[in-house]
Amino acid sequence: MNIGQFLAIFISAVFINNVILSRFLGLCSFIAISKETKPAFAMSMAVMFVITMSSMITWFIYKFLLMPLDITYLRTISFILVIATFVQLVEMIIRKISPALYRVFGIYLPLITVNCAVLGIAVLNIDMFFIGNKSITGSFYYSVFQGICAGIGYTLAMLLMSAIRERLDLCEVPKAIKDFPLGFIIASLMSLSFMGFNGFKF
Amino acid sequence: MEIIIPIIVLGSLGLIFGVGLAIASKRLAVHIDPKLEKIHGLLPGANCGACGGAGCFGFAESVLKGELDISSCRVAEDKSKEEIAQILGKRLEKNVKRVAVLHCAGGNKVKNKFNYRGIKDCLSAGLLMGGQKECGFGCLGFGTCERVCPFEAIKMSDSGLPVVDPNKCKACAKCVITCPKKLFSLIPVNSTVYVACKSHDLGKDTKAICPVGCIGCKLCEKACVFDAIHVNNNLAVIDYAKCTSCEKCIAACPMKTIKSRK
Repeated sequence: MNIGQFLAIFISAVFINNVILSRFLGLCSFIAISKETKPAFAMSMAVMFVITMSSMITWFIYKFLLMPLDITYLRTISFILVIATFVQLVEMIIRKISPALYRVFGIYLPLITVNCAVLGIAVLNIDMFFIGNKSITGSFYYSVFQGICAGIGYTLAMLLMSAIRERLDLCEVPKAIKDFPLGFIIASLMSLSFMGFNGFKF
Repeated sequence: MEIIIPIIVLGSLGLIFGVGLAIASKRLAVHIDPKLEKIHGLLPGANCGACGGAGCFGFAESVLKGELDISSCRVAEDKSKEEIAQILGKRLEKNVKRVAVLHCAGGNKVKNKFNYRGIKDCLSAGLLMGGQKECGFGCLGFGTCERVCPFEAIKMSDSGLPVVDPNKCKACAKCVITCPKKLFSLIPVNSTVYVACKSHDLGKDTKAICPVGCIGCKLCEKACVFDAIHVNNNLAVIDYAKCTSCEKCIAACPMKTIKSRK
């Protein structure tokens, strides 16, 4: 466990293996909610929170439940269970505590339940920080940090995309590619440019 | 044994989470206006957004606040709308049903100015010098509206013009949007009179190319006792807010441009 490792995780999760633009996870919300910057940012914050929390919870589930009982092949289904429950719980809590925040997050939280980025990062944590069926030292901190960084990567992609689409809304484009087709084209171009980061391997 | 452990683990995980959520939902229950829940229950739940609200729940909220009218929901059945109106203690104001009409009667009576041999579609034909018809405003007759109508309410007739079946027409306005000559409009279903021409050409020019085009003679304007029809830029236009379908303009029209839907 050292600073260099954390830096490597940060750069890897935000740029090189950006959840959306390099790993192609969570694309539905990326296309659907990136029309304006404000909701895009709210969604990103919600995703970041859920990814971080689910990284934490799934680490515990894996380490203290699945590994000792030698049923690690159940990780996908049990992680989905955890994430779905957790998102529901968060939704209820936010609804109770802060109706204003619920209005901002409200529609996006259920969307996060089925966002593959959340499950993807949880599974990735296990793949990266549990080597040979044993957790490496500091794997918990690495997992949580990777969750945060994936969230930052998601936020970065969402903000870039929504800013571009906001500007393109004012331009005159052919009717056939207006809105979603144009969104896909932008997404692919951005993805290509992010693949440039693959050049520096850490 | 090998199969029992996963079953127990997953089952108990599910049970714990399920019970946990159930308790949480009771503990963290938020008081919602029962009226709001009832209205939301009566709405179709399609979350289509056609009403202008943010989904059905948002619509229910704004209906309760009085910001939106119940009739702006296009999907809900009349029956459930009436029930919602009862909950609110209001009377349901029904939107007048509308029907599409074609503002052209030319068809085969108007000659072609050149022989169009491209794609048999009004949109592409219209791109080439405004279409092959002598009249620059008239129907091109390739039946794009027939293909675009989702309710099969439009059929091309032998005279080269589309005919709207008022019983099938749901006033979705697809034909209004699609027609490159903008020949369709939606009129109230209880009005029978419409002007079957969209030509702004001078009367002399119209007469030369079309036997049934509006020549802007203003006889209909004089015949109308309700001030409902006016000739504007060489074309008679009916104001349906004033028109009573007395059909006096039909009798007055020398070109038989004004028609009855009957």
